[in-house]
Amino acid sequence: MDGVHDMGGMDGFGPVKPERGEPVFHAPWEARVLAMTRTMGAANGWSIDMQRFAREQLPPPFYLGASYYEKWFFAMRQMLLDHGLIDGAELASGHALHPAAPLKRGPFMLADVPRVMRRGTFDRPADAPARFKVGDHVRARNIHPQTHTRLPRYVRGHAGVIERIQGCHVFPDTSAQGDSEQAQWLYTVIFDGRELWGPEGDATLTVSIEAFESYLDPV
Amino acid sequence: MANPDHHHDHGGDHAGGSELSDMQLRVRALETILTEKGYVEAAALDAIIEACETRIGPHNGARVVAKAWIDAGFRKALLEDGSKAVAGLGHDSRVGEHLVAVENTPDTHNIVVCTLCSCYPWDLLGLPPVWYKSTQYRSRTVKDPRGVLHDFGVTLPATTKIRVWDSTAETRFLVVPMRPAGTDGWTEDQLAALVTRDSMVGTGLAQPPGKAV
Repeated sequence: MDGVHDMGGMDGFGPVKPERGEPVFHAPWEARVLAMTRTMGAANGWSIDMQRFAREQLPPPFYLGASYYEKWFFAMRQMLLDHGLIDGAELASGHALHPAAPLKRGPFMLADVPRVMRRGTFDRPADAPARFKVGDHVRARNIHPQTHTRLPRYVRGHAGVIERIQGCHVFPDTSAQGDSEQAQWLYTVIFDGRELWGPEGDATLTVSIEAFESYLDPV
Repeated sequence: MANPDHHHDHGGDHAGGSELSDMQLRVRALETILTEKGYVEAAALDAIIEACETRIGPHNGARVVAKAWIDAGFRKALLEDGSKAVAGLGHDSRVGEHLVAVENTPDTHNIVVCTLCSCYPWDLLGLPPVWYKSTQYRSRTVKDPRGVLHDFGVTLPATTKIRVWDSTAETRFLVVPMRPAGTDGWTEDQLAALVTRDSMVGTGLAQPPGKAV
């Protein structure tokens, strides 16, 4: 979706403000939100892409104004409601009022912690050879899906070159819709800064994205 | 009130501020519901938080960089297959798949960003700092990386090529900064102390000797 989350190249947000001696969490509730998000995702088989899509669907003014973990909290809460794991009456009372709904992978217990403290693998067997090879010229497609995609707007329609082939990975666009088994070849595609930003762009700049095969056309 | 249904503008990314107690109450209530329903064990939440606050962090990445500086065979292996090379080191926090290490040189400076969300090699560098997840960093880095570097107090020669890596998939990028001059003969531990988190994202340089903290 063409949402505010897709912010590469937007102007007007001001300087980056690094914080010296930044703590891992700025309040205890942030840590609880992170842990609840990881555990509930694992317990109910929510892919990373489903969770990202939930955050992208937060109202744009909220998305731009909220802190990181506020976004995580409200997106997770919406997923819990949408999947029938909690309801509004429970949120209002602050307690469980109904029996638990079944979780796809069962409750998340202490013994399950190691499996969420390591990033998973997204490699899948390929059912066809890679369409492109290193050095091939490609153009990012001008597509505007209403649902989740990982093709950022600032490269759409622009020409680049295949720099690396990263393997055949789970396709986020379908994974966000609940199908985590579709996979596509993944490429590092490099774009010249002036191809993206015009003749006034930084001449020393190149930018790469990680692009799934269906995001690209041959040139 | 921080609520997507009843929004008011409170300007930019921030840590919570006046939202704090409101968020604290909301989060506590949701945790109560989830644990009362038996969906999640509170001890599991505690264990995850403890790991994030202690075990994972940039010290793991700094060791990888320092080893690459002194061990040519490891450097080559790291640049060829980051996950495989790092897996061999036996870190406390095991590093996941699809780690891509990219090396800074006198000609080219690498910077990592995630314009679409907040993808970051957290299993090697710890959880991302607020600035990495901010609208400011996510919007500007792909277009004006020198301006972003300026915000970090870093100025590169005008001729240095800047390479920005937008983390749009599950590959994760580790920048191997240039080894500071004047560190000949230093041990891996001494060198690791010069490797800052920002230098492994590309928004900083490794510390010169004498400035390590």
